[in-house]
Amino acid sequence: MTLTGQTSTRKWLYWGSHYLMIAAFVIFALFPLYWLLKVSVTPNDILYTEGVRMWPSRTTWENYTFVLTQSNFPHYFLNSVIVAGTTAIVTTLVAALTGYAFSRFAFRGKVIIVALMLITQMFPLVMLIAPIFKILAPLGLTDSLTGLIIVYTAFNVPFATFLMQSFFDGIPKDLEEAAMIDGNTRFEAFRAIILPLTLPGVAATLGFVFTAAWSELLFALMLVSSESASTFPVGLLSFVSKFSVDFGQMMAAGVLALIPACLFFLLIQRYLVQGLTAGAVKG
Amino acid sequence: MASIQIANARKSYGAVDVLHGIDLDISDGEFIVLVGPSGCGKSTLLRMIAGLEDITSGDISIAGTVVNELQPKDRDIAMVFQSYALYPHMSVAENMSYALTLRKTAREKIADAISGVAEILGLTALLERRPKALSGGQRQRVAMGRAIVRKPQAFLFDEPLSNLDARLREQMRTEIRKLHRRLGATSVYVTHDQIEAMTMADRIVAMHDGIIQQVGSPVEIYDRPANIFVASFIGSPAMNFLEGSYEQVGENSAGIRLTDGALVPVLPARDAQHNQPVTLGARPEHITIVSDGENGLPAKVELIEPMGLSTLVHVTLAGKPIKIFTMDRPAYAVDSFIHIAFDMAKVHVFDSASEKRLPPASEPHGDHAGQ
Repeated sequence: MTLTGQTSTRKWLYWGSHYLMIAAFVIFALFPLYWLLKVSVTPNDILYTEGVRMWPSRTTWENYTFVLTQSNFPHYFLNSVIVAGTTAIVTTLVAALTGYAFSRFAFRGKVIIVALMLITQMFPLVMLIAPIFKILAPLGLTDSLTGLIIVYTAFNVPFATFLMQSFFDGIPKDLEEAAMIDGNTRFEAFRAIILPLTLPGVAATLGFVFTAAWSELLFALMLVSSESASTFPVGLLSFVSKFSVDFGQMMAAGVLALIPACLFFLLIQRYLVQGLTAGAVKG
Repeated sequence: MASIQIANARKSYGAVDVLHGIDLDISDGEFIVLVGPSGCGKSTLLRMIAGLEDITSGDISIAGTVVNELQPKDRDIAMVFQSYALYPHMSVAENMSYALTLRKTAREKIADAISGVAEILGLTALLERRPKALSGGQRQRVAMGRAIVRKPQAFLFDEPLSNLDARLREQMRTEIRKLHRRLGATSVYVTHDQIEAMTMADRIVAMHDGIIQQVGSPVEIYDRPANIFVASFIGSPAMNFLEGSYEQVGENSAGIRLTDGALVPVLPARDAQHNQPVTLGARPEHITIVSDGENGLPAKVELIEPMGLSTLVHVTLAGKPIKIFTMDRPAYAVDSFIHIAFDMAKVHVFDSASEKRLPPASEPHGDHAGQ
């Protein structure tokens, strides 16, 4: 009796501390988001007067209606969707093909190409802004969404390629060889057999590139000057004026900006957690 | 079904030669087993037939057509992989029908073919399952089914039973043989397991270091191995080898003088010179334990391994470990001395320098295809 009592107490303690630690981490990670939400629904007049409180005495949707109806934010938002979406798709497509080649073929110069791709990741972005501006300006690609897409794609392809390669490495070569014997060409085997099995990898890469492009500020600020081509991180800065910062509206815009990223991960999360290759070969 | 001809096929990776000029004719409907230790080039040869590896030089023909430049899909062959290589995102039925679907076979025909093959392999109840919901043996069967359903010119097997446990392997071995008899399909089967080679093959191709060592029926290879490599690789427990020198005793009798001075009588060997350094090869079942009075050689018992049906006795003779297979229950203890005798008609004489077998003068000429 005592023995079972002891074991159950120990078990309870074990799981209790387990969940306590997870809860502590989640709270730590989500607290800024909570604060974002809290400030976004706090009316302007009590934002500074109430001091630090976990929840304001009154709440309002005013900031949201202002952001959605009176500001340029919907336009920035659309620009961001276009830039981040296109970048994610193009980058993943290029990275999938390159990653497959790195994973499956031995070819001359492979090591050099891998080294060059790694080198591109070593420079601080600030260093590259001036030369990139110099390249893009004569081509008419500054102040345009296309220019941003090209720059983001170029910067994300190397890492995305290594990511995709590691996913392809995890899929046995036998599978596409079996498909090639069954009647596929190599490309057909890639499309019909290998790609469906790499969906978790594709989803992870899409998600990674999308969030990177979605929240990028430096290039968006430096390469784009007109309102019409601004993305939302730049737009957020417009809530900062010379004399004051409109925190309520800025936070409301921030909350809205979170929505697509959340939706995106909601869509791809089932591929992220799934191991599709189970059962392909002897486990 | 079709024959397969391999003519002087070579394979190199850069400066490394993996296969040195392979010549092999596989006739229509034959079951050929390529056997050898890992790294001997047997899988590479199979993959060259499949079209998964380029041929550095030479020709491979299937049904009379040179296929060197053909894509795997255009060679009309089916392959069973060691890992099974089932498509994990497809059901058993989809896995089996994939090749037929790609060939735009009519749907009813596919359904007929699948149900027929599923019936033969006992997969009918599993057709809707995904590979991950199957046991190892079932996956193996699906891999077989996927190959059979296409009715290809030839079947290629790349160590298909290596991932199964011993009992299942034995069962599948029989099933594959039965299937082969039923379908009469030309089959090339790669394995490193000499028991699979012995039990399944019409002809065994023993390979070592990218060279074919011997081609022949299982019994031929077992009874008349071309060289020390084949003799030691085929047979379990393995053949015993003792160094010595050849002695022509009289006109019709000869022997091998072992390093400890003992003389083992052998049949006079063709092409053997007096005092030539030779290696005596004796299978464990060709050594008998004799009572002390007879002309046996004294040997020390090191270990006794009862195997139920038989017993394997480990002894030392002339400082070398020797294994003896006996059906008798042992009446001696470890560390005691027993007397052993070699079956003169069954032991082999190998030239120690070239490692080639020196056949007895009484054996007809040229009845093994060693290279």
